[in-house]
Amino acid sequence: MSPAMLGLLLDAFLETLLMVAVSSTLAALVGVPLGVVLVATSPGHIREHPVLNRVLGAVVNAGRSTPFIILLVAIIPFTRLLVGTSIGTAAAIVPLTIAAIPFVARLAEAALREVDPGLIEAAQAMGASPVQIVTKVLVPEALPGLVAALTITVVNLISYSAMAGAVGGGGLGDLGIRYGYQRFLPEVMLAVVVVLIVLVQGVQSLGDRVAQRLNKRLVRSRPNA
Amino acid sequence: MIEIRDLTKTFHAEGGPVHVLKGVSLAIPKGEVFGVIGRSGAGKSTLVRCINLLERPTSGQVVVEGREITALGGRALREARHAIGMIFQHFNLLSSRTALDNVALPLELAGRSRADARAAAAPLLELVGLAGKHGRYPAELSGGEKQRVGIARALASEPSVLLCDEATSALDPETTQAILALLRDINRKLGLTIVLITHEMPVIKEICDRVAVLEHGEIVELGPVFDVFTAPTAEVTRRFVRDLVDRALPANLVARLAAPPPDGGNPVLRIVFRGPSANTPVVSEVVRRFGILLNILQAQVDYIQGEPYGNVIVEAIGRAEDVAASLDFIRSKDLKVEVLGHVAGDARTAA
Repeated sequence: MSPAMLGLLLDAFLETLLMVAVSSTLAALVGVPLGVVLVATSPGHIREHPVLNRVLGAVVNAGRSTPFIILLVAIIPFTRLLVGTSIGTAAAIVPLTIAAIPFVARLAEAALREVDPGLIEAAQAMGASPVQIVTKVLVPEALPGLVAALTITVVNLISYSAMAGAVGGGGLGDLGIRYGYQRFLPEVMLAVVVVLIVLVQGVQSLGDRVAQRLNKRLVRSRPNA
Repeated sequence: MIEIRDLTKTFHAEGGPVHVLKGVSLAIPKGEVFGVIGRSGAGKSTLVRCINLLERPTSGQVVVEGREITALGGRALREARHAIGMIFQHFNLLSSRTALDNVALPLELAGRSRADARAAAAPLLELVGLAGKHGRYPAELSGGEKQRVGIARALASEPSVLLCDEATSALDPETTQAILALLRDINRKLGLTIVLITHEMPVIKEICDRVAVLEHGEIVELGPVFDVFTAPTAEVTRRFVRDLVDRALPANLVARLAAPPPDGGNPVLRIVFRGPSANTPVVSEVVRRFGILLNILQAQVDYIQGEPYGNVIVEAIGRAEDVAASLDFIRSKDLKVEVLGHVAGDARTAA
């Protein structure tokens, strides 16, 4: 591969990183609280609210059932409104974030539901307010599960970002399509795929390691025990 | 002081309303260890959870230290809950927090800084005998140690009442003993009122001052543990204390009693030792005074709150008038004695 090609590959890699990093951060910031609300408003939970729960649930389901490629083009006017253009890395971040929010919300909801109801009850018996139950009990106890959920989200966003490349979003997917596919450069296609594989592997094992470190439910041998 | 007035709780299930509590009234004086015993489904868990309003009663009042808990909600209720500690069957410790941080949690919830809360939590871990285990996570502790953390956590907000919801039911008998001893100790040291619910009679026998027997959402018996357990009136209580007062007779004795000899044979007596005379050597005295022989077939002495309670079954061998005089003598000592039947004296004793 020529040095120019390598330069393109590096640029595309950095674009992908930027897209995934920004969209997953934004998705986590909106999706995790949304997951908390979905759990807390469910029947029998700390802030039961059937109407809000059902409405949010429906919105989240709608978001999740829309194929990403359709979402990508459907919200172009919205994207243009937000970032002024519908082409390029910044523009790709908008649909990526919007697609990831309901995904994160559902995964966060599942992780938060795993928290033993006995712990919530104990906190209530201690006089904890609903907000304190969320911040002191639910989120800390579900943290390993939340980290695992965010890891899955990042991996998914890496694959979505390749699709965003198809509509001029830049990044590795874009490179692969334009050079590897349209210009018949199989070695570029191969390089793109290899970089993506390494990236996904790295993200997954980092996420696993962090989740495991946060999980105190398992007994680990310690040096002084 | 806890007062429960005419408490009812009705759950609405699919098959229609379920009346879990049907008008329970109780007054528990300050510093008492009060037990509630009942079979599963009797409503005891609901009763204890109504005291701190984890469960809101359908009607009735709960008053703790002069404050009507059932009239509170929101912030005022959360405030009141600081004065009511609670421990649970499955401990309910946060797996993500160390022993020390678990004990610090109620203090953090009350608005204290983490450092401040930790400093206040350390002596509590010492109080429950876990001085060296501050940094351990619950997964690294045994069941008994977890419950000790639970107790320390419940004491952190300096409550006047401690609720124990089947607190020893997940522990082995030895650990149960240790936890009960700790609760007794805390009750004495801190003057804490303890309300304990359980389905295990030995737990009540071990540490409670008074006991209420709950059945189908109603209190069927209530009184000092010794009185309730040694003279049960309700059927359910009798079942709980069967091993204590109505221990089944050995099978071979039942068979012998079923076939009394035609010539009368020897009477089999049950003597119940209870009250002040339980500590006097009545059996030896009978033997010496009336010249009869007593062959012990089954005997057992229990201690309930330090008071002995004995149950002895003997075969009396001797002349009929001496045996009759012996019975009168035992009764004159305020002990209960009854003739269960007659058995043939075996070759050895007849000789």
